Amino acid sequence: MKLLTMREAIAELVPDGASLAIGLQLEQMIPFAAGHEIIRQKRRGLTLIGPISDILFDQMIGAGCVEKVIAAWVGNVMMGSAYNFRRAVEEHGLEVVNMTNFTVALALQAGAMGMPFLPTISALGSDVTKGNQFLAEIESPFSLEQEPCGDGRPRPSRPSEARRTGSEPSKKLLAVRALNPDVTIVHVQRADAEGNAHCWGNFGVMIEAVRAAKRVIVVAEEIVEPEIIASDPNRTVVPGFLVNAVIECRYGAHPSPVQGYYKRDDTFFRQYHEQTKTKSDSDAWLDRWVYGVADRRAYMNQLGACRVDELSVKQHAYAAQTDFGY
Amino acid sequence: MAITNEHVATGTLVRPAERSSAEVLSRHYTLSELMVATAAREIRDGEVVFVGMRLPLIAFVVAKKTHAPNAIGLFENGVIRATPAAELIYTMADPPNILGATQCLDMLGVMSLLQSGRVHLGFLGAAEVDRFGNLNSTEVRGPKGVIRLPGSGGACDIASLAQRFVVLLEHKRERLPARVSFLTSPGNGDGAGWRKRVGLPRGGPAAVITTKAVLRFDEDGEAYLASLHPGVEVEDVLSNTGWNLKIPTLPKPGRMGQPVAETPEPSPEELKAIREYDKEAFWTG
Repeated sequence: MKLLTMREAIAELVPDGASLAIGLQLEQMIPFAAGHEIIRQKRRGLTLIGPISDILFDQMIGAGCVEKVIAAWVGNVMMGSAYNFRRAVEEHGLEVVNMTNFTVALALQAGAMGMPFLPTISALGSDVTKGNQFLAEIESPFSLEQEPCGDGRPRPSRPSEARRTGSEPSKKLLAVRALNPDVTIVHVQRADAEGNAHCWGNFGVMIEAVRAAKRVIVVAEEIVEPEIIASDPNRTVVPGFLVNAVIECRYGAHPSPVQGYYKRDDTFFRQYHEQTKTKSDSDAWLDRWVYGVADRRAYMNQLGACRVDELSVKQHAYAAQTDFGY
Repeated sequence: MAITNEHVATGTLVRPAERSSAEVLSRHYTLSELMVATAAREIRDGEVVFVGMRLPLIAFVVAKKTHAPNAIGLFENGVIRATPAAELIYTMADPPNILGATQCLDMLGVMSLLQSGRVHLGFLGAAEVDRFGNLNSTEVRGPKGVIRLPGSGGACDIASLAQRFVVLLEHKRERLPARVSFLTSPGNGDGAGWRKRVGLPRGGPAAVITTKAVLRFDEDGEAYLASLHPGVEVEDVLSNTGWNLKIPTLPKPGRMGQPVAETPEPSPEELKAIREYDKEAFWTG
């Protein structure tokens, strides 16, 4: 039986010291409810993995759950920096592995493919590569001959570009070391009881993070019958056989948006920015929104029916029907 | 604190410029509107653009509605759009940016398009930009020690891989140092030929649009003053730039008295497009 409560799933699958990939669809469908349960259960020594975390990483760092961050960007996307992250790095020496969005994606994809690394040319020459145990310069056995353009023909190089960059193809590559998170947590619109999950919107790095992970937790707005998932297999982002736990959690991604269910609570992100400028303010915020509520239902009650109604979908926009018949 | 939290442009995100220098208030547009219109003109019709958020997002909208109706927008979360989102968005994953998109895929998908050379232009913000167009959005030194910034996000990837990139930032001396303290996103490194030496096959900075001026890059890969925003003096730019900024003189002898061009003001069509989109002037006020 994979259908668990959030409390059971976190207790069973996210131990102290785990590496955890979370917040993988960038600013959309961030598993805040799961993150808050991890904070309530006082996990320690976690390694957080993700591209752009928005404020969930900041909250988990502020709560003392985190020992190390492997990420491209940690902050409050709408507002700029996040204060707990800054305090942790500037005052307490939190370990941060500086990645880029693409190299996070490649590290997880290498993990997903069972490879030790994948190559890229991104970030060559940058300081991101210096002292970074996930990035190493290598020489390619093949050269990068030509660049494609829209019609598949090689793009004629502009004279000025040729003068500046020369025409010799480079053989330098950056090897991006594989990442295999102990746990990957994703939030989706709907899943069946086995964890076969439908998601629509942008995927970010969720698909490779699910494949790379040792354990997977799927949090869904709704649990549906398997026939609904099977009716549209192109929309399936997670096959159930990779999944260890499935949790039904309405509004589990608030304040981030879930397409077709609720919009982004921009005010909440703005308020978080204002309300976490000092350590004591941040502690008060966690008391109110995490420790002070037993679960997501209590959290949403505290948010209030009016606010919830404001965030609801005002105009539905259904996709055209798809015929899988034969 | 020299660089405050609010000043920090982060990854692909650009904080709106602080409005309200006196000379700009007397005009019929804001400084941010001038920067957006200037950024929009960097987009050529039919180009594939890595958009980014905040001011560049609006620049894409303006370009689509004026001179570049066939431009395509890419977002690093995996979204590809042939039309701007119907309403103002605060992040690229906001539901209006999904609805009506051409394709919603994953980051590896859009980053692959970027790496294979199919993206013409990317927009970036940064805490620091230096003489050779290198960007820092990782950490800066403040009076009390190191200030940790959010990090690269996709900025390093865009600067590495797009055919060209354009930077937007506030024009202050500490934000335009001779050399970035941390090279998050590669520009021209230490000059012409550097990108090739380190293994980057193409690209580099095309322009830096600041709150005072537009900088472009010469054959040596070094920035020069390309135009001054209306009402801004050369001395103001020079004293707020952390190195001896090159100023080319125009060949026409009759214009020697005023050697630097003026950044064109936003047109009525551009202002209309900006204000229809950012109705409450959240980004462009």
